[in-house]
Amino acid sequence: MYYLYGLVFLSVMISFFADRDKTSRSVKIAFRKFIHILPAFAFMLIIVSIILSLLPNRIIADYLGGSNMFEGVILASAIGSITLMPGFIAFPLCGILLSRGVSYTVLSAFTTTLMMVGFVTFPIEKKYFGTKVTIIRNGMSFFIAVIVAIMTGIFYGEIIPWG
Amino acid sequence: MGLKKVVKYAKGAGVIAYVFFLIFSFLTGFEPGKKIGMNLGYFSIEMFKILPVAFILIGLFEVWVKKETVEKYFGTRAGLKGHVGGILLAGTTVGGLYVAFPVAYSLYNKGADISVIFTYIAASAICRVPMTIFEASFMGINFSIIRFLVSIPLIIASSMLLGKYLKNRNYKIRL
Repeated sequence: MYYLYGLVFLSVMISFFADRDKTSRSVKIAFRKFIHILPAFAFMLIIVSIILSLLPNRIIADYLGGSNMFEGVILASAIGSITLMPGFIAFPLCGILLSRGVSYTVLSAFTTTLMMVGFVTFPIEKKYFGTKVTIIRNGMSFFIAVIVAIMTGIFYGEIIPWG
Repeated sequence: MGLKKVVKYAKGAGVIAYVFFLIFSFLTGFEPGKKIGMNLGYFSIEMFKILPVAFILIGLFEVWVKKETVEKYFGTRAGLKGHVGGILLAGTTVGGLYVAFPVAYSLYNKGADISVIFTYIAASAICRVPMTIFEASFMGINFSIIRFLVSIPLIIASSMLLGKYLKNRNYKIRL
């Protein structure tokens, strides 16, 4: 994270010495774009705060761990789609679930939908791409995630027991 | 137009109700409400660590990078190479989808192909390098490799399909 800050600071400095006008224009553009999308972000944060309170990690762990493979994948991809979680929370959680015996297939469905399908980012995505495209993109991402989960299951011998 | 206005007012009312609910919860010590408030604070901080930086980079990109350059690497004529470029660019993205959308929008305005844009978005969801390293450390490297191998061809194929579909309908992104 600090590397990123350093990198950006350096870029702005280089840009400033190369061309002051351009740099001030770029800051204005950045500010304008940021302000423009801010309401959608605020709305997303509100949705996230409510959903994560209804679905704390403990409950997610119960849902993913309890059922058979088929139900597990359906539940995992549904939960993954509606929640938003930074990787540094999601992966340790998955690591714990894995050690408790939750299948790779279910965890793959959960992490892939978590990252690719965005129910809570809908307000932002809609603002850039429109409602229809947002729905199509998320739908396709959901199917890709399910396919990835199934292939993961096949590879780890959870769906077809090898040999 | 009528419906849009109704939705707008409903959203406004919802936000006001939410704010009052939080204030009420903190005043009376209502636990579930306090939990929501803490979540809001936590995620706002996480996001505002990344967003301003991301937008500064977008601003620099807008003034310094030439349209021809973007067209060359990510444009319609770049073909499959454009998709590969989109995935490589996505590898460096931080944050998640919410950072990818504004970046994708700027790329599009600079002449990137619409299907490359969708590849970039999907790849920035699941092919970010720092995140993948983190993931592999918890789930094992095989888990990440399978995901890459299965998802990348599917992402490119579906993005090409979606791009074609939208081009046939003269779709334009506007903000």
